[in-house]
Amino acid sequence: MIALQTNTFEFWAKYFPQLLAGLGVSLQLTALALLFGLPLGLLLALGTEAKLRAVRWLSVAVVEVGRGAPALVVLYVVYFGLPLLSWSPEAFICAVIGLTYTTAAYTSEYLRGGLKAVNPGSVEAAHALAMTSGDVLRFVVIPQGLRVAVPALMGFAIQIFQATSLAYSITVSELTANASGIASSSFRALEIFALAGLMYAAITVPTSWLTNKVEERLTLRQ
Amino acid sequence: MEGMWAIILAIPYTLLVTAGAFLVGFLLAIPLALARRSKVAPVRGVAGLLIDLARGIPPIVWLLFIFFGLPLLKIKMNALEAGILGLGVVSAGYLAEIFRGGLLAVPRGQFEACQALGLGGWTSFVEVISPQALRAMLPGLATYFIGLIKDSSIASVIGVTEMVYTATTYARNSADGIYTFFAAAAVYIVLSVPFGLMARGMEARMQVSSR
Repeated sequence: MIALQTNTFEFWAKYFPQLLAGLGVSLQLTALALLFGLPLGLLLALGTEAKLRAVRWLSVAVVEVGRGAPALVVLYVVYFGLPLLSWSPEAFICAVIGLTYTTAAYTSEYLRGGLKAVNPGSVEAAHALAMTSGDVLRFVVIPQGLRVAVPALMGFAIQIFQATSLAYSITVSELTANASGIASSSFRALEIFALAGLMYAAITVPTSWLTNKVEERLTLRQ
Repeated sequence: MEGMWAIILAIPYTLLVTAGAFLVGFLLAIPLALARRSKVAPVRGVAGLLIDLARGIPPIVWLLFIFFGLPLLKIKMNALEAGILGLGVVSAGYLAEIFRGGLLAVPRGQFEACQALGLGGWTSFVEVISPQALRAMLPGLATYFIGLIKDSSIASVIGVTEMVYTATTYARNSADGIYTFFAAAAVYIVLSVPFGLMARGMEARMQVSSR
C-alpha cells in the first residue's frame, strides 16, 4: 500500500513549508510569552519578598496557582473563560495570555532564587553609599540576580517553547496543529508527526546543549 | 454541580496515567542511564540521542505520533495505553538524567570496593550502588512525579477521559462549564500537596537511615 504513495522524503518535502509556517507561529508564541511573562515574573518575585503582608500573600497565591495548575488547564480557562467576560479574542491571543501567566509564575521562582543569591554585602555597600532602595534594586540586586538566574531561565525558555504545542488544543495553527491537519488529510500520521517531532528537536536539542555550556561557564566563574 | 462530580470521578484516571507513565519511564530509564555510562562510545552516543529526543519533543507530539502514527505499522492501542506509553517515553528521558545524577553521587570508592570484594556486576549494582544512588535521586524523582501529575492532563488531547478531558466536555456544552476547570485546577494543586509532603517525609527518613 505504501509503495503506491510517494516516498517519505517526497512527502516531507511537500509539507515542510506548511510545518515551517507552524514552527514560526510556535516561535512567536514563545517570544511573546517570554516578552510579557519575564517582567511579570520579576514583579511577582519582588512581590513574594515584599514588606507588606497582603502583597506577599497575593504574589505567593498567584505564583502557586500558576505553577500548580497544568499549563493546558490555564489555556482552557483563558479560552473558555474570557468570552464569559464578554471579550472573545482570537485563539492566538488566548494562547499568549495563558502561556504568559505560566511563564510569569515559573520564572518568578527562578528570579527569586537569583535575587536571594545576591551577596548581602553588596546590598549593604549600596545602602552605605546612600543609594535609595529603588536604586539598590535597579543597579545592584536585579543585575546580579538576573545573571545567577540565566541558566534556569534558558532551561525554562526551552520548556515554554515545547508548551506552545498545547495551543494546538485551543485551535492555534502552530506546528503541532498543522501536522495534525496534514495527518488527517493525508492519512500519513506516522511520517508527519515524526517530521514535526524532529523540527521541535532541531530547536530544543541544540539550545539545551547551549544552556549546559552557559551553566558550566557561570559556575566556573564563581 | 454534576460537573464537579464528574471531575472527582475522573481523578483515578489522572492518577492511573501518572503512575503508569512513571512506571514505564522508570523501567525504560534504567537501561538508558546505564548505556549513558557505557565504555563503548557509540552506545553512549545513541543513549544520549534517545534521551535528547525523549526530552526535546513535546509530549503532545509523542502522544499523537503513538496514537495516530503507530497503528499504520499495525501497532494498535487504545487512548489510555497510548497516553501512558507516550508520557512514559518522555519520562524515560527525564528520569534517565535523574538516574545519571544519582549514579554520579555514589563515591567512586564504592565501585572500587565492589571490585576489590569480587562482587559480580549485578550484585554490586543491586546491593551496593543502587540503594545509595536512589537516596541521592529521591528529591528529583519526587519533583518529577509531582510535575507528571500535571503533565498527565496532556493525555486528554487523544481522548483519555481524565480530569481535563472531562472538564472540556462540560465547557463545550454549557456556559458555566468553566467552573469544572477551576475544580480540576484545584484538584491538581491539592494533589501535589500530599505527594510533596510524602516526598519530604521519605527524604527525611532516608537521611536518617544513611547515618
